[in-house]
Amino acid sequence: MSKYTEDDLKVELENKEYEYGFYTDLESDTFPIGLNESIVRAISMKKEEPQWMTDWRIEAFRAWQEMIEPNWANVRYEKPDFQAISYYSAPKTADPNKTLGDVDPELLAMYKKLGISIDEQKMMNNVAMDIVVDSVSVATTFKKTLSEKGIIFCPISEAIKEHPDLVRKYLGAVVPQKDNFYAALNSAVFSDGSFCYIPKGVRCPMELSTYFRINQAGTGQFERTLVIADEGSYVSYLEGCTAPSRDENQLHAAVVELIALDGAEIKYSTVQNWYPGNKEGKGGVYNFVTKRGICEKNAKISWTQVETGSAITWKYPSVILKGDHSVGEFYSIAVTNNYQQADTGTKMIHLGKNTKSTIISKGISAGKSQNSYRGLVQIGARAENARNFSQCDSLLMGNNCGAHTFPYIESKNPSAKIEHEATTSKIGEDQVFYCNQRGIPTEKAIALIVNGFSKEVLNKLPMEFAVEAQKLLEISLEGSVG
Amino acid sequence: MLQIKNLHAKVEDKDILKGVNLTVNAGEVHAIMGPNGSGKSTLSAVIAGNENYEVTAGEVLLDGEDLSDLKPEERAHRGIFLSFQYPIEIPGVSVTNFMKTAINESRKAKGIEEMPANEMLKLIREKSELLEIDRKFMSRSLNEGFSGGEKKRNEIFQMAMLEPKLAILDETDSGLDIDALRIVANGVNKLKSDKNAVIVITHYQRLLDYIVPDFVHVLYNGKIVKSGGKELAYELEEKGYDWIKAEN
Repeated sequence: MSKYTEDDLKVELENKEYEYGFYTDLESDTFPIGLNESIVRAISMKKEEPQWMTDWRIEAFRAWQEMIEPNWANVRYEKPDFQAISYYSAPKTADPNKTLGDVDPELLAMYKKLGISIDEQKMMNNVAMDIVVDSVSVATTFKKTLSEKGIIFCPISEAIKEHPDLVRKYLGAVVPQKDNFYAALNSAVFSDGSFCYIPKGVRCPMELSTYFRINQAGTGQFERTLVIADEGSYVSYLEGCTAPSRDENQLHAAVVELIALDGAEIKYSTVQNWYPGNKEGKGGVYNFVTKRGICEKNAKISWTQVETGSAITWKYPSVILKGDHSVGEFYSIAVTNNYQQADTGTKMIHLGKNTKSTIISKGISAGKSQNSYRGLVQIGARAENARNFSQCDSLLMGNNCGAHTFPYIESKNPSAKIEHEATTSKIGEDQVFYCNQRGIPTEKAIALIVNGFSKEVLNKLPMEFAVEAQKLLEISLEGSVG
Repeated sequence: MLQIKNLHAKVEDKDILKGVNLTVNAGEVHAIMGPNGSGKSTLSAVIAGNENYEVTAGEVLLDGEDLSDLKPEERAHRGIFLSFQYPIEIPGVSVTNFMKTAINESRKAKGIEEMPANEMLKLIREKSELLEIDRKFMSRSLNEGFSGGEKKRNEIFQMAMLEPKLAILDETDSGLDIDALRIVANGVNKLKSDKNAVIVITHYQRLLDYIVPDFVHVLYNGKIVKSGGKELAYELEEKGYDWIKAEN
């Protein structure tokens, strides 16, 4: 075996699977690389899922095999080799021998800037925690409060077992398995994620996952989230973490589905800060996410996102305004620096009468990055008096970055009112000098100007998240000027 | 306090300042007058450290310290304030937020901790009353949609907040109606003390009726060609700049 190539290895692995029967591999915590039906079945089995779930995954997998990776987005990258990825790893546990001293000091410095507590830092780096009294007791109190109100908030793997009726009814209801290439892949192999159900008329008393976010970290590269707000209920859900996540998984393909039944309201806020790659554009996470919500009568879904990380971002949180008088909102800040590329926006699908949508998108590009807004506003034939307002603002720093806006508008109803505004501006030397003259150093001046530019969106974030997001914007753009 | 010695400066290969000499002591008010294009705004930009202007010879000293290697913000931290002829807009940043950032950055540079919120509010209240500024103004985006008069008043408000050692007012009177001019000048006069100094750059003698200078200098073709007391301003008003041009 003088010339043992990767291809040979692949062949060997495939053969081995058949030779020895795949399931012997279940003893190990990480599956071999590659994807086929046996792997999908094995994931389902490992998670002790019911048959319907296994079948659902298989259906998705078969659809995915027939699909082609899309390339219409304004991003350039080397397509991942889907057969070179391992699709299951046991959740990491704390390493008793590891201390914070073992963690990259650069990362720790950044935590400090963001004001992340020592406990959280440990959690995020799989460092065992010595004192967990506070957080444990807080978590217990939270869980008690939630369950008293009948709110279900648990890992989706648990929900599949404990609340199969709800999951079966709604999983894939908004993002069908065959929706798109990445959604199909996610449906086949999703590792875990969150499930949330708010009963009729209940107003969730806390921002979900404000505390839980550290527990949510590390749910893996194929995360699946399902949020169901029953009639007249309200929930504010926070996803992500302002701390930089140095995940070694390069490909992330999550799916988030929101269901707002009659009169319900879901507010979904995200801060995404995956590793963006280094200054030369090496490495970094590819983030291909499908997020969509559906509004029944008088319901409201509001997406707010702050995107600062990832080498490639491909993400369009959307709302299907099915019910009459329903409301969809999208507030976004996308920052790209160095060689990052983002193609992000939203889709507002107006089906019901008197439906209303608002889109506020703020793109900030620095370095050699490319930042695109891509949005669709679609008014169906029966959507009388639908209204949309879109505003897309781009801020450029330096002369080597790009900002692009791709708004698509399709209206099949003459009563629709659609407004679109777009601006592009540059941080001016005169603005920076003005700040300097008042004693504000350049880095801080940039942060101030960027924060001002993003204010309308930052204001939509829950208070504590907004403060962290502001700091994050500052850090993401560090070193982006002279 | 301020010593300018044989200052030469150029912008985009064009020599603007050709040997300016000026000494300003604490407690003094100096007026710099001169026709368009004589270098007045360049002089203020160079003192403030604007990097678009290149100093080719000479030096600027503040309390004996050479400023040439200091960044604009470092000069600001040492007490130099420039009231801009054309104040810059910063959308989404409120006047309050801007001032809070400016004050705290200066404090940080001096190793003083951030100003407590209640103290900041008190200061804002006090200074906005001094300049007869409506409190609602404080939450508006900096200079965005401000009228000419509002912009200038806001500059002087910032000066009041930052309490500089040396304030340079670059054509603060332009775009002001007579009432606004009186308010602004009043503000400047109230802030004057024997510890600070003011340089007023203006075309017209009008502002000098309100902010009375101890010295008047005429800048022409990149040099100070004439200096005198406040009566020089009246003479200029009467004879026009042609008189200066003819002599040089």
